[in-house]
Amino acid sequence: VANKALDAAALEELEDMLIESDFGPQISATIAEKMASKKFAENDPTAVKEALAEAIADELRGREEGFDPLSGPKPNIVLFVGVNGSGKTTTLGKIAASLTARGAKVLIVAGDTFRAAAVEQLKVWAERAKADFMGRKTGADAAGLAYDACVRAKEEGYDVVLIDTAGRLQNKQQLMDELLKIVRVIKKVIDGAPHETLLVLDATVGRNALAQEQIFGRQAFVSGLVMTKLDGTARGGILVPIAKASDAPIKLIGVGEDIEDLQPFRAREFARSMVGLEPLSE
Amino acid sequence: MFDSLNDRLSGLFDRLSGRGVLSEKDVDEALREVRVALLEADVALPVVRQFMTKARELATGEAIIKAVKPADQVVKIVYDGLIDMLGGEEPTPIDLAAVPPAVILMAGLQGSGKTTTSAKLALRLTKFERKKVMMASLDTRRPAAMEQLKLLGEQIGVDVLPIIAGQNAVEITRRALQSAKLQGYDVLILDTAGRTTLDEGMMAEASEIATISTPVETFLVADSLTGQDAVRTAAAFHERLPLTGLILTRVDGDGRGGAMLSMRATTGLPIKFTGSGEKVDALDVFDARRIAGRILGQ
Ligand SMILES: Nc1nc2c(ncn2[C@@H]2O[C@H](COP(=O)(O)OP(=O)(O)OP(=O)(O)O)[C@@H](O)[C@H]2O)c(=O)[nH]1
Ligand SMILES: Nc1nc2c(ncn2[C@@H]2O[C@H](COP(=O)(O)OP(=O)(O)OP(=O)(O)O)[C@@H](O)[C@H]2O)c(=O)[nH]1
Ligand SMILES: [K+]
Ligand SMILES: [Mg+2]
Ligand SMILES: [Mg+2]
Repeated sequence: VANKALDAAALEELEDMLIESDFGPQISATIAEKMASKKFAENDPTAVKEALAEAIADELRGREEGFDPLSGPKPNIVLFVGVNGSGKTTTLGKIAASLTARGAKVLIVAGDTFRAAAVEQLKVWAERAKADFMGRKTGADAAGLAYDACVRAKEEGYDVVLIDTAGRLQNKQQLMDELLKIVRVIKKVIDGAPHETLLVLDATVGRNALAQEQIFGRQAFVSGLVMTKLDGTARGGILVPIAKASDAPIKLIGVGEDIEDLQPFRAREFARSMVGLEPLSE
Repeated sequence: MFDSLNDRLSGLFDRLSGRGVLSEKDVDEALREVRVALLEADVALPVVRQFMTKARELATGEAIIKAVKPADQVVKIVYDGLIDMLGGEEPTPIDLAAVPPAVILMAGLQGSGKTTTSAKLALRLTKFERKKVMMASLDTRRPAAMEQLKLLGEQIGVDVLPIIAGQNAVEITRRALQSAKLQGYDVLILDTAGRTTLDEGMMAEASEIATISTPVETFLVADSLTGQDAVRTAAAFHERLPLTGLILTRVDGDGRGGAMLSMRATTGLPIKFTGSGEKVDALDVFDARRIAGRILGQ
């Protein structure tokens, strides 16, 4: 029978766990309070975990949204943005592979014309995904390339265009302006494009993800979040404060470096894995 | 959203002093604000705890209760405590004392900045210490990882071990050591593939590379924007590798950088450098004052 409230020590342990998953001190306290008002049967740690997972899922459920560029206008333009090293290029490659596997005609565009071997890296992903590739020399104008790619995609009937961009920190306004320029030229060629702008966040990141979401969101018109590197020890709990602070949909998660390591974001599964529960069987 | 500690405390003490003389309880409340501020600066919970024990000792009521500006007094105690926990104000220099080639091993999570930092270090050692440096990429996994290091080498005029397709990381390590020795290089920088600490195969590989190459410096390269995961990652790498120092990248971001304190406190290792940009010259010697100020939002 569920008749016993959690004691102070259990509640503190639970709150600590949330803090250590990057929920931040405030939200961790709020969720712990919520748990304090619940009753459990004695010695049933699984029931506590289930309840905690539900409390976390409640925070995220409203942000769960699907990602399917094949259901939108054609050519569907998808732009990848985010800070350095977050996983943009890899995520793009994984998405390309899943689209070509569904028979889509996909164009990959190497819009990172800055970092050493960014073009070569993406080219390998294009080969793996069996998608067409468009790139220029390092130092070339990324906006010009994006423009030409959109023109080509229209002419040649591509279903989806995936445009990579260089990593940039959101507090560097000049780099943010360059990103905005890419967005503007894309709009010039195709009305309503980019149809998706995915902000790629690294699961290991802490509070700064809030600023990343806010600034990229506002300046680059982000339409969805992707969280990568959830196969490591980071739990990605920063998504909860982000969900509180904004209405950005969360679309995909990255769980490894290989081509198949990309999954749709499911609030409930995410919350369960965060507290160490097995996934629900379908 | 991210008030500095000073703002938080000033607000608190303004409210409290309206009630007259401060009490020990008020100091406790101030320390609770410190705790929240540290957590919001991404200092990891176990490290916050450790820090608060010390801060509580230092903030034995009197000094704060009697202070004209109690907020400033608390901030000073916290600031000094941070400097102390960061290993003091003096930076620890890089150690190259070994029979050449002195090997520097770079390790860390995926995307933390290892390859870029390898080039930054190589440039620094070539330019300022006049060392003959070779770099080698042991990253057989990430697409174009070797190409990336090769291009960076060309950019800074530092030699890179020629790429031979099909060799594994351990074989490349052996080839790099032999080649650096034969060709009389002073320093050999080994750039490794990124790995999560849960990947047992990759962690074992890293540890084998370290055993073979006996590095004088083994750096954990980590992102200063890391959150609570900083302690788990630092501890796990420290367990498997003979780490000698930390390098924290992306301090050019606007994060508070609590991860720097977390990693330092967890491993006891000095932070030797910080990365402050994508460009190859954006590497600075660690400056504890700057980092402490940043954590406090100054
Ligand atoms: N473990 C793990 N590694 C990942 C994941 N996604 C990406 N990575 C790795 O993270 C590193 C950086 O990924 P990239 O895709 O190059 O990141 P990026 O955002 O394009 O980086 P820049 O273009 O330099 O800003 C690479 O080593 C990837 O293999 C993931 O979900 N899990
Ligand atoms: N803003 C900024 N970017 C940095 C810094 N250090 C590295 N970067 C960028 O971070 C991204 C990842 O850097 P890499 O050197 O490729 O990282 P890595 O650890 O070698 O990545 P993997 O080999 O995939 O694990 C690149 O876009 C770099 O330009 C830094 O200090 N500041
Ligand atoms: K991780
Ligand atoms: Mg990239
Ligand atoms: Mg690398």
